[in-house]
Amino acid sequence: MKTGAKMRSAVCSTEVMVIRAGNGDITLCCGGAPMLAPDESTEGLGAPAAGFDAGTVLGKRYIDTESGVEVLCVKPGAGSVSADDRPLELSVPKALPSSD
Amino acid sequence: MGTTMNLSMLLEMAADADGDRIAVGTRRDGLTYRELLELSRRYGSQIGRLDAQALAYLDLNSPTCIALLFGCSYAGVPFAPINYRWTDQQVGRALERLAPVAVVAGADFTARVESSDSVSLLDLTTPDTAADEAVAARSEHSPAVLLFTSGTSGDPKAAVLRSSNLVPYVVSTVEFFNAGPEEAILVSVPPYHIASVSSALTSVYSGRRIVQLPAFDPESWVDLAAEEAITHAMVVPTMLGRILDVLERRGQRLDALRHLSYGGGRMPVETVERALALLPGVDLVNAYGLTETSSTIAVLGPEDHRIAAASNDPSVRARLGSVGRPIPSIELEVRSDDGAALPAGAAGEVWVRGEQVSGEYLSHSAVGEDGWYPTRDHGHLDADGYLFLHGRADDVIVRGGENIAPAEIEDCLRSHEAVADVAVVGVPDAEWGERVEAVVVLAAGKAAGSEELQELVRVTLRSTRVPAQIHYRDALPYNEIGKLLRREVRTELAALLEGVTA
Repeated sequence: MKTGAKMRSAVCSTEVMVIRAGNGDITLCCGGAPMLAPDESTEGLGAPAAGFDAGTVLGKRYIDTESGVEVLCVKPGAGSVSADDRPLELSVPKALPSSD
Repeated sequence: MGTTMNLSMLLEMAADADGDRIAVGTRRDGLTYRELLELSRRYGSQIGRLDAQALAYLDLNSPTCIALLFGCSYAGVPFAPINYRWTDQQVGRALERLAPVAVVAGADFTARVESSDSVSLLDLTTPDTAADEAVAARSEHSPAVLLFTSGTSGDPKAAVLRSSNLVPYVVSTVEFFNAGPEEAILVSVPPYHIASVSSALTSVYSGRRIVQLPAFDPESWVDLAAEEAITHAMVVPTMLGRILDVLERRGQRLDALRHLSYGGGRMPVETVERALALLPGVDLVNAYGLTETSSTIAVLGPEDHRIAAASNDPSVRARLGSVGRPIPSIELEVRSDDGAALPAGAAGEVWVRGEQVSGEYLSHSAVGEDGWYPTRDHGHLDADGYLFLHGRADDVIVRGGENIAPAEIEDCLRSHEAVADVAVVGVPDAEWGERVEAVVVLAAGKAAGSEELQELVRVTLRSTRVPAQIHYRDALPYNEIGKLLRREVRTELAALLEGVTA
């Protein structure tokens, strides 16, 4: 998993961009199933597993403090993102004043 | 969809969040995010089918410019806005550097482009027969933007900004769609300035409508700000002074305006204090950044401004003259000439590291293997981490082994009521290596002799700072975005010196 890489959910419409790869020793999942590269094919849509169905919100960042992995939701979906089976938390960065 | 981050992703997210919101233009007939996305895709497919390594843009600010920035991202071809104030020869040289290049030029500028085998004009109004073909980026790894740096100290260099610099800058400094539907930013810097590129990206990502002034003029700026209920704006120092003059003269207020950021050069503290007084409800933000760092790397925020302005503690009050603290995603150090990090209070060169830092040019990279980039800016940090800039490292005067920053002497001279403008430079000196000299522009109807000004520097600073000679001129040379052309001042004084000794 590389910074800047995009990944998509195997079971819902969620797409994320990796902002921070962390130590990388985890499998990024959405809806309880491993996420795929954008060009990887799927066997048709399943459904998010229970416990991994809280959903993702467009433009929100999610972080796994243990591995340091952080992703940005670029398309929302019904599944929620996890590092293996550890759900990622909503990351709320410190607000900066607009400068451009 | 690409497999890695690119600029078009930012626009797609905005169009998904609220496709009907106005992205750029007036409230009545602006382009929505969906329309901007469609236009960008159409341009992208047109550009993608050309045999061009770059897309140059030679025109004033326009919605087309923003659509081309994103369109180039779809095509995987770098977007290269060109300075329309350059001479035909300079424009020609820049296009040669980019060749093979396609040029989008405004009606007033097409005659200035000399077409050749490797330079061709692109007419965007030609119907695009293959518009519905899927756009495939030629290369996800080609640069996103090429900007020619202003070249106050030599020939312009083409700085390379990649998606891997710009996208992290946007997503780490801006919360997605945090702008209310009423928010609008007035952009008046020219398209070839980094702030124009970064404001297009951060405004789209935050959902803030962009209103463009084709070219800056203080009267039109105030008129447009009032007409379009502008809430946010970014200006360079010379613009702010002239805007405040208009507001003062007209006795006008800008009720919708609530956020004003400034940067791109040294802002006189007097202008900041005037802005705080004339625009009491407005949040002021001083942003420090370079083309090579994808814009902002340090900010002095609204609270910093208010606290500093209200403080009786000289060290806190002095922060009005600082550029604030580094943003969280940037590491910043002040280093000595031998590369050692310096403690608070000590002056040296400013070095930065972070994903947004490119430090790359078409010809070479100025970033070390460890990722640190020397900004060539000279400054110091105070005990609380506020950064004070003293000027370009190349402008530091070395007099008898002592480093002297022109800025502190200029600030001192400018505090004299008869001094309207001043430049301090080093000129070659047989005894000291360099000596300090000043060029002063007197305020209308005021006078101040050399001895009086020299004495002011002696008592305020110290004897080594005293200009050996003070020259009087009617005006100082500036470039079009208000940067003092110090090199021209130095060249003139050095030539004067040769005349004396010859």
